[in-house]
Amino acid sequence: MIDKFSQIGSAGIQQVQQLGLSGLFLTRILFRFPRIVGGFKLLVEQLYVVGVLSLSIILVSGLFIGMVLGLQGVNTLQRFGAEAQLGQLVALSVVRELGPVVTALLFAGRAGSALTAEIGLMRATDQLASMEMMAVDPIWRVISPRFWAGVISMPILAMIFNVVAIWGGYLVGVKWLGVDMGAFWNNMQNSVDFYQDILNGIIKTGVFGFVVTWIAVYHGYYAVPTAPGISLATTRSVVYASLAVLGFDFMLTAVMLKGW
Amino acid sequence: MRSRTTESLVGIFMVAGMLALLFLAIHVSGLTPVSKSDHYRVIAEFDNVGSLKQRAPVRIAGVTIGRVDSILLDRKTFRAKVVLLIENGSNHLPTDTEAHIQTEGILGANYVALTPGFDQIDLTDGGKIAVTHPALILENLIGQMLFKAKEKSGHDQ
Repeated sequence: MIDKFSQIGSAGIQQVQQLGLSGLFLTRILFRFPRIVGGFKLLVEQLYVVGVLSLSIILVSGLFIGMVLGLQGVNTLQRFGAEAQLGQLVALSVVRELGPVVTALLFAGRAGSALTAEIGLMRATDQLASMEMMAVDPIWRVISPRFWAGVISMPILAMIFNVVAIWGGYLVGVKWLGVDMGAFWNNMQNSVDFYQDILNGIIKTGVFGFVVTWIAVYHGYYAVPTAPGISLATTRSVVYASLAVLGFDFMLTAVMLKGW
Repeated sequence: MRSRTTESLVGIFMVAGMLALLFLAIHVSGLTPVSKSDHYRVIAEFDNVGSLKQRAPVRIAGVTIGRVDSILLDRKTFRAKVVLLIENGSNHLPTDTEAHIQTEGILGANYVALTPGFDQIDLTDGGKIAVTHPALILENLIGQMLFKAKEKSGHDQ
């Protein structure tokens, strides 16, 4: 009986310790004086791996999500004779919610898991340790560029997702199902506000990018250096990142709708 | 060579992101840079603005000539003070112009419709529109109709 309680207690303490460790890790990444000379090249390399290579999945899923919204929207709005409001429906749902959240989830699956596995394998094959031996700081050489690449590319990916999704909705709604083109764009422009909707969406994606890459590099850096350890770290990275994205989304939306 | 391609691809990626932002700003939210220098302000006080919002269009004969700049409550008269930002291109509005708040269709957004009058003198910057018509509130209309119907049925009995 007592044993059970102490187990629960120790698990709780471990969780808190991990949280503290990840916080310390984050401060080590953030409060490090950036070395511009070599750092920029590393950052560009990681932007390519994290951002550009994620582009295909973002484009395809954005297009299909927009097209589905177009189909569902026309189908439902037709009952009220309000197909003309399709533009508003597609734009608001994509820009406010679907764009940031779906991009972040895909990003966690595509880029976050890759980051965790890569860094975890570096840990397992003692590459990080040998960097320390050569007096190269692994945080600067490996972690920091990956982290910043994630933070920078996430909003860009989300904006591209938004545009492609709205175009997908336009394609299905206007081109195939015959919603009036002028009404589509006009209603959209009347209802979407740049600061309230688009800028808040971008703030969301910034937060998501930060959280997702933080979780990914943390789990990679502190992965147990064995094959099952890396597999566990990758799984955890994706699961925690997705949960964190959904939770933060609710909180941010609540703050933003309260009139920000 | 490999690094060069990487760099240019990342550059294209960044540019695509900026273009996406531009598209979202201009084409999706209809954000047009309103510089106050080529616009002038006209004030109109309404009894009720309904669900009129900032940046709602101001139209004459259906043509957009400006935007709603701000909506405030006048603390003394308890009327809504709406500041309209009107393009300098249409600066020949007579002082007896009337302002209505109208709705685009049943579900549409509200906008301000101006009906020019016949006065010789034009409205200037900071001028005030004297005659205004408040927004039609659908609930009130329905309420009045029900009240009339009730009254009628009362007479019949």
